[in-house]
Amino acid sequence: MNIVNVRRVTQVFFFLLFLWFCVVSTVGERWHQLRGWPINWFLQLDPLVALGTLLTTNKIYAGLIWALLTIALTILLGRFFCGWVCPFGALHQFVGWAGRRRRKHAERVALNQYRGAQVLKYYLLAALLSAAAGGLLAELARLPHHRTAPTGMVLAVGFAIFAVLAIRKWTGNWKRAIGGLVVLVAVWFGLGLLSLPEKFAASALQTGLLDPIPIMHRSVNLVLLSAVDAAGGSNRIYVAGGSIALVFFAAVVLNLWIPRFYCRFVCPLGALFGVLVRWTPWRVGKRQGDCNQCELCENNCEGACDPFGKIRTSECLLCLNCLKACRQAQMTYGPGRSAAGEVESPGVTRRGFFVAAFAGVASVPAARLAGNLDQNWNSGVVRPPGALSEEIFLDRCLKCGQCMRVCPTNVIQPAVLEAGLEGLWTPVLNFRAGTSGCQLNCIACGNVCPTAAIRPLALDEKLGRGEFASAGPIRLGTAFVDRGRCLPWAMDAPCIVCQENCPVSPKAIFLREEFQIIRDGTRKVRSSSSTSVTLDGAPWRTGKLATGDYFIRPESAPEQERRLIAENSADSIRIASSASWTESPAAGARAVLEVRLQKPVIDPDLCIGCGVCQHECPVSGLRAIRVTAENESRTRRHSLTPRAG
Amino acid sequence: MNSPAHNTRRDFIVRTTKAGLAIAAAGTAGVLLHDRKGPSAYASAETVSVPDFSVTGVGRHLSIVTGSDRIKTVNRALQALGGIEQFIKPGDRVVLKVNAAFASPASLGATSHPDLVGEVIKLCLRAGAAAVSVTDNPINDPASCFTLTGIAKAAEAAGARVILPDAAAFKPATLAGGRLIRDWPLLFEPLRGATKLIGIAPVKDHHRSGASMTMKNWYGLLGGRRNIFHQDIHTIIFELAQMVRPTLVILDGTNTMMSNGPTGGSLEDLKATHTMIVSTDQVAADAFGATLLGKTADDLPFITKAAGAGLGTADFESLKPRRDNVL
Repeated sequence: MNIVNVRRVTQVFFFLLFLWFCVVSTVGERWHQLRGWPINWFLQLDPLVALGTLLTTNKIYAGLIWALLTIALTILLGRFFCGWVCPFGALHQFVGWAGRRRRKHAERVALNQYRGAQVLKYYLLAALLSAAAGGLLAELARLPHHRTAPTGMVLAVGFAIFAVLAIRKWTGNWKRAIGGLVVLVAVWFGLGLLSLPEKFAASALQTGLLDPIPIMHRSVNLVLLSAVDAAGGSNRIYVAGGSIALVFFAAVVLNLWIPRFYCRFVCPLGALFGVLVRWTPWRVGKRQGDCNQCELCENNCEGACDPFGKIRTSECLLCLNCLKACRQAQMTYGPGRSAAGEVESPGVTRRGFFVAAFAGVASVPAARLAGNLDQNWNSGVVRPPGALSEEIFLDRCLKCGQCMRVCPTNVIQPAVLEAGLEGLWTPVLNFRAGTSGCQLNCIACGNVCPTAAIRPLALDEKLGRGEFASAGPIRLGTAFVDRGRCLPWAMDAPCIVCQENCPVSPKAIFLREEFQIIRDGTRKVRSSSSTSVTLDGAPWRTGKLATGDYFIRPESAPEQERRLIAENSADSIRIASSASWTESPAAGARAVLEVRLQKPVIDPDLCIGCGVCQHECPVSGLRAIRVTAENESRTRRHSLTPRAG
Repeated sequence: MNSPAHNTRRDFIVRTTKAGLAIAAAGTAGVLLHDRKGPSAYASAETVSVPDFSVTGVGRHLSIVTGSDRIKTVNRALQALGGIEQFIKPGDRVVLKVNAAFASPASLGATSHPDLVGEVIKLCLRAGAAAVSVTDNPINDPASCFTLTGIAKAAEAAGARVILPDAAAFKPATLAGGRLIRDWPLLFEPLRGATKLIGIAPVKDHHRSGASMTMKNWYGLLGGRRNIFHQDIHTIIFELAQMVRPTLVILDGTNTMMSNGPTGGSLEDLKATHTMIVSTDQVAADAFGATLLGKTADDLPFITKAAGAGLGTADFESLKPRRDNVL
């Protein structure tokens, strides 16, 4: 088997493996459900995930250490991940191949020429990583404020060394070098001493917007598999699914215009690999400078890396199509550089890099001008159980959709703009979606989250049991009764669905019992017996008052004389014979008809914000009981009641 | 030696070395920064605690001076305790925690009176204080509060600095053994480096707690969504009194807000009670202040709680208050 077929088999294998990991990301005991599969393995291999979260959190979380393997192999071998492993890449490659199948040789070569715009992905990478590094920058700017003397000393020493080096190396130009450094240090100290660095620099992890593995996960999880599930009779919905589908299909369709469009122009992970391959010992190249110029090597070149001319190793995806295509075996993968020469640099200009980096750093405080993380927070954003407080949550969330796929009730939804621009596609709970609220005994979401944006909870911690008893259960928010919409509160209609469904024990919803005289409920008695009364006034529908909620008593009688109505016709009422009156209402006197109402009231010390009540509320549109994030466990700033812990 | 083959080999070795070093660097960084455990529930932050500002060896004292002129009464009341020099030493950095809660004029009595604030600043500076600053985290817009109450103008004229509460001024604090003040933002930056703390508060009716005096005045050191503590107002006042050990408290009963507190808004709400109280015991000061409102200490659970915990005495007479009057 030649090397290209080996690559194809490998790509198909990893693509299917990826799909399989998505398929099994559901809770259950059937063979195609979650049972220990390493469903985050592709995300963990993705060094952009590790690097992004490293910048925002200064740590590499658990399995993300797998990225070291990818990094090491890439530095040694080249961009094997793009050409051999990446499922998004495999998809692009297949669609691109299908799109150019019937094209002529010259057209295909033209399609696969290197384009200057391929440098764009490096700028995107710079912007995304700069946005992630904003917190580190603020930390750095804060140093002179916290440790003025040591920072100054270190700088002075560093400055002296730098000055000596500058004189040696840039003789003639060292004034400019040192001048630049002085300005930089002055700005640094000025910012650090005079202002609040966290106001102008903060970190935000937005790599997941364009990183191919999170894109592939959320697209497969939320778009493709929901279609498959729908065919199987499920009706899972995803609120921002349309926008996710749009990005996914746009990226796929663009391959018909230029093959591997996304990989060549957009992919920030590819750009990261492009930087890593600068010193790869083994690389693709020509054995001899001159060949017979057939350009077959560029006929199917996936990376558009110009193997025919001066090859651009940073763009080469190791598809190895050129090796197979060359009739003279001119192309080779080996330790030497291409005999036709190489273009080493990815083509990033210093000016372009700084513009991209500045844009990245500036985008975070700009997005936060709205105060979403501050006093203008949106209490409609209810995060899954175990989600970190918003700022450090956004430092980790990849928008990969694993939590949404695994959530058994489909209550976790991709946000549109409710969590702010930077919260696009992050998980929020929508209690009108799905089959129920957040299930009391479920901890699936935090245990699949690849970056611990949602912490992996033990059930004891979620429920506040055992060693977590003093901290109490994890609260997602609090339910609020809208008394203007609640049936017993607003419309004299018995209901209490919310209270019945409250899963907390003792229930977080308690009831205020109240007897209300119904509309036109005070009527003159025409005749009566010990168990029945006939009344004046407009007729009722038979059985209307026989629901078990309606009572009758003589107007002048005390509450003990109240009797449950067992049956009614248009004008007469019968009570149970076991509860007959000793003295029935007198003809000509007045009787009152009452309804027993149980009005739901929330106990904020017990409510965990699971939203089951909201999901079950019969007011189907804007629910009469709604959970918002007040009192959520993840930040004390949103406390509603003073409490310990 | 300079054959192409040699160059190629050399190039390969250089690249392989660099690649190896890059892998080693990435590997080392990865192993060092690896986090198996994952994040904890809350982001940890620097927590602070309020130092004890009381002067050792002075003991609990209370002076009560009647009169309508705040400048005269406060001077006489301080003299009765041995003079401000007993409390403020040369070089002290003094913070005055005033009540600047509302953006309303001094005449309505909802805030500390600027004449009183100005006089205390002058006394501190005369006693040799290196610096005096005035601060509060008001309920209304801070800048408006300090301007409209006249406190800012009086403080600056007397030589003090007004510190408005900006976001960076708050640091999370936890009261050891406390139930409510846990990891809660506290107006701490003005207190950083301070050596003395004086609370200056008017006597006011307060619909939720019954009275707002010197202990309730520390509420203005809380930040965040502190209004949740109104659900347990007496406990929070008690915890604040546990947390803050002032050098002195000055309770201004020249005009007592008898009704519609704590905002007032009308001269009808005020009653001329013509009393100035200075004390090293905030519980005793408030217990006496209650009498100006026609109440007793027993009517105010926060006083009972504070006295019960030994923060001071509700039986102010036991301190043998020095009484005087200036006409």
